[in-house]
Amino acid sequence: MYADRTLKNPFREARLFFGRIVFAMLVVALLLGVVVWRYYQLQVVRHQDFVTQAENNRVHVRAIPPPRGLIFDRNGVLLADNRTGFTLSIVVERAQDQRQLLADLDQLLNLTDEEIERFEKLLKRRHPYEPVPLRYNLSETEQGAIAVNEYRLDGAEIVAELIRYYPQREHMAHVVGYVGRINEKETETLDHKRYSGTHMVGKTGLERFYEDTLLGNPGYEYVETNARGRVMRVLEKIDPQRGKDLYLYLDNRLQEIAFAALGDEKGAVVAIETQTGGVLALASAPGFDPNLFVTGISHENYRLLTTSPDRPLFDRALRGQYPPGSTIKPIFGLAALDSEIISEDYKIYDPGFFQLENREHKYRDWKKGGHGSRIGLYDAIVQSCDTFFYTVGVRMGVDRLSHYGELFGLGQKTGIDLPFEATGIMPSKEWKRGAYGIAWYPGDTVNTSIGQGFMLATPLQLAVAAARLGTRGQVRRPRLVRAAGEEIYHEVAPDAVLDIAPQHWRPVLDAMRGVVHDGRGTARQAGVGMAYEMAGKTGTAQVVGIKQEEKYDATKLAKLQLDHALFIAFAPVENPRIAVGIIVENGEHGSSTAAPVARQLIDAYFTYYPLEGADVAAR
Amino acid sequence: MPTLLTIRSKGLTLQHDDFVRHMKEHGSGVYGERRHWLGKKIDYVLLLLLLMLMGVGLAVLYSASGRTLAVVERQLVYMLIGLGAMVAVAQVPVRFLERWAILPYLAGLGLLVAVLLFGDGAKGARRWLDLGIVRFQPSEILKIAVPLMVASFLSRQLLPPRFEHVVVAVLLAVVPAALVIAQPDLGTALLIAISGLFVLFLAGLGKRYILGVVLAAMVTAPPFWIYVLHDYQKQRILTLLDPQSDKLGAGWNIIQSTTAIGSGGMHGKGWFGGTQSQLDFLPESHTDFIIAVLAEEFGLIGVMLLLLLYVLIVSRGVIISLRAQSMFGRLLAGSITLTFFVYVFVNMGMVSGLLPVVGVPLPLVSYGGTAIVTLMLGFGMLMAVSTEKKRLV
Repeated sequence: MYADRTLKNPFREARLFFGRIVFAMLVVALLLGVVVWRYYQLQVVRHQDFVTQAENNRVHVRAIPPPRGLIFDRNGVLLADNRTGFTLSIVVERAQDQRQLLADLDQLLNLTDEEIERFEKLLKRRHPYEPVPLRYNLSETEQGAIAVNEYRLDGAEIVAELIRYYPQREHMAHVVGYVGRINEKETETLDHKRYSGTHMVGKTGLERFYEDTLLGNPGYEYVETNARGRVMRVLEKIDPQRGKDLYLYLDNRLQEIAFAALGDEKGAVVAIETQTGGVLALASAPGFDPNLFVTGISHENYRLLTTSPDRPLFDRALRGQYPPGSTIKPIFGLAALDSEIISEDYKIYDPGFFQLENREHKYRDWKKGGHGSRIGLYDAIVQSCDTFFYTVGVRMGVDRLSHYGELFGLGQKTGIDLPFEATGIMPSKEWKRGAYGIAWYPGDTVNTSIGQGFMLATPLQLAVAAARLGTRGQVRRPRLVRAAGEEIYHEVAPDAVLDIAPQHWRPVLDAMRGVVHDGRGTARQAGVGMAYEMAGKTGTAQVVGIKQEEKYDATKLAKLQLDHALFIAFAPVENPRIAVGIIVENGEHGSSTAAPVARQLIDAYFTYYPLEGADVAAR
Repeated sequence: MPTLLTIRSKGLTLQHDDFVRHMKEHGSGVYGERRHWLGKKIDYVLLLLLLMLMGVGLAVLYSASGRTLAVVERQLVYMLIGLGAMVAVAQVPVRFLERWAILPYLAGLGLLVAVLLFGDGAKGARRWLDLGIVRFQPSEILKIAVPLMVASFLSRQLLPPRFEHVVVAVLLAVVPAALVIAQPDLGTALLIAISGLFVLFLAGLGKRYILGVVLAAMVTAPPFWIYVLHDYQKQRILTLLDPQSDKLGAGWNIIQSTTAIGSGGMHGKGWFGGTQSQLDFLPESHTDFIIAVLAEEFGLIGVMLLLLLYVLIVSRGVIISLRAQSMFGRLLAGSITLTFFVYVFVNMGMVSGLLPVVGVPLPLVSYGGTAIVTLMLGFGMLMAVSTEKKRLV
């Protein structure tokens, strides 16, 4: 490079340079001032704002769901447990690309369409930054696969959570019920604060009824997260309050026996501790595995359960409404005595049918040809004579029948601590007008007097009625839960005593004893070799109306059209401890199918809680 | 100024000059020190300041990298390489630098063209050249080569420079800058141009020109905005004005860095105690945004101490430039020093939200080999100037 060069003047250049440097230094000083001012502004003047902002950045509040209260039977056998399960959840906000993440997870875990569908449904109603579960109960292999690929699965996290487990499965399914994921409707009604961190809510059974007790209160933890939302450490923790445990009157062994005694039949068994109203067994068959519902039942399993003709999800003990049939006879017998329509000596002749005055129609006795002459209350109950009760029932009139039925809890909810209890029907003239808009016919009274016609009762109501009979009118609300946490609901004193003259009980209870122990008793086979005294009453509820003069042919009818077999009982006859109500659907005769179930159950009860024991009631 | 003699030969020095006759033969004292250490020429004050800065840098980097020792070790290696390069360059006679300034300049230009043709990079920008063994950004070379070239050119001219020399000097600075803009890397381009223009300014550029440039800048700003700037560059500037407008995008960096700085307060949260930096809220925490880590963990006091170190280094550079024995030395030392300060200012300004986010690392603290080596080469030249033998003209 060649340039014109005049003679340079080094002094002048140095002076020039010096001047420029001085100027530059002034600018530098100015800029330094700007920088210092800026950092002073940020670090001193606005310091507090930024501290807050930095805290908001890193500190997040997380709810810790409380462990749900456990459920134990009266002997401490676990009926509902919490087990640690590992759930894969996704926080969408932290995923780089949600589609890609799902695709990656699919590759690792083979997601089912159902899982994806459920996930997308849940996605729509999540809160920001709420982890949305994708798969529950990850196996160790699955956890490993996710852990290894964690670096490319931003937004996916494995959370250990307590998942409800029902070790008793089928035979407890209806009583204990199950929890399930909180659905859209429930989201609106549930207290968001209490349910923060909790995904499950009781759907049926005790789980639903005692939801509030079992739930507990959530705790909170302040966690430090990094920019990608990974929790680095816990700063502060407020422990959750665990839900209260439930201790039941129910005995798992009895429940199991009751369930097993029904075998392949459909039906229900209810046993009540008469001195407390505590429910000893409340079985409905067939059952189902409640564990299927906890983490979301698959479409296929749900379809199987709902379309099965046996209706396994249906709680027969609580919601099954059956004509009580002859099991009602002791009550109406007592009613007739108490209302002084008949005396103890009252007897009729039974030709095998009953006719209303001036009517042709024959209301038949179940025994062709009838029970013969001189049939009194005792024989009418022991042999289950229909004609006697037709006669007495018509003399009493339906409203009196209805009144006494209601005294024994028929046509009303028992008030048991379970949801969805059915009411049953105790018909009356007023009821029929309300329900059908037509008048009560005399024939309706005839049907009602043997527990047929409009009359419907649940197995639980039958057991309650049996208990009231056995205790001579002591009214106790049936209860499953004896204690929740420290709180004991124990009650021994009856809620009320029925206003029935004391002398009227003896003939009825004697007759009920005769049903089992009299040589002509309908349940005499069930009473063979019994070490204690039992009082009972069989019943048969017609499923299909039988036309006049048509012969009842069991073989002709499909099993489904067979009569329902019923049985109520209590034991011992004096100072009873246990009362039962049993129904075996399409079991044909109470004596042959239902009574043996009661025998097995009560036998077992006295084995476990021997009569000699000073106090076999609740703890 | 009367022209007494015009000499049309290169590299001529006057043998006899009354102006300097009174000085000692091996000028120490006023006209600069000459230090000998194992035969090496080193400015110990500058070296000490640089070592302190490097020490601070490594400490902050250790925290900023999430206590990754490997990163710190690599940075240390870069620093050692840089120190070696500095010492080596310090030994080169200034006159040699002056004479051959054109070589690194032309080489740099060539490499820039090569980058545009064969370079690779990320996000649509081609900045890197892969030479098999090393991958580097040729634009870094220009940060040194441009002031060297412009100083070399202008120091041969009669100063203050005449119009045609101003034009040549501007072209020398702007052409490589334009090539860098094409990569595109606006921040580096501006720094390259500035380093050249500093030389021009220090050489006594007339005030009319300076005023003219300011005016021209104001006039050309709108078309520059419309036609030259890329969208992402515009975005950065817009984001600067209102970081909240794009919280999770471009604004994220500024929001997080100001939060880090501001939450540090006066005393800071302590080494490794910065939540913003340790929890990855702060982006680029070990490279361009490392000052935010320091500010968060060591507070305003830490920032001021670091700034003090920079000011001392700049002051030392200014002293060296003032003591330089030749105009070339002065211009070179002055430009390097001022450019160094600009790095500091731009970096601290952009991280604290004063300036748009351009890719300027914090000198000797941010992680990155090329930047360190380039800076150290510059300091090597400063040292060369500081130990320059006195000479005439």
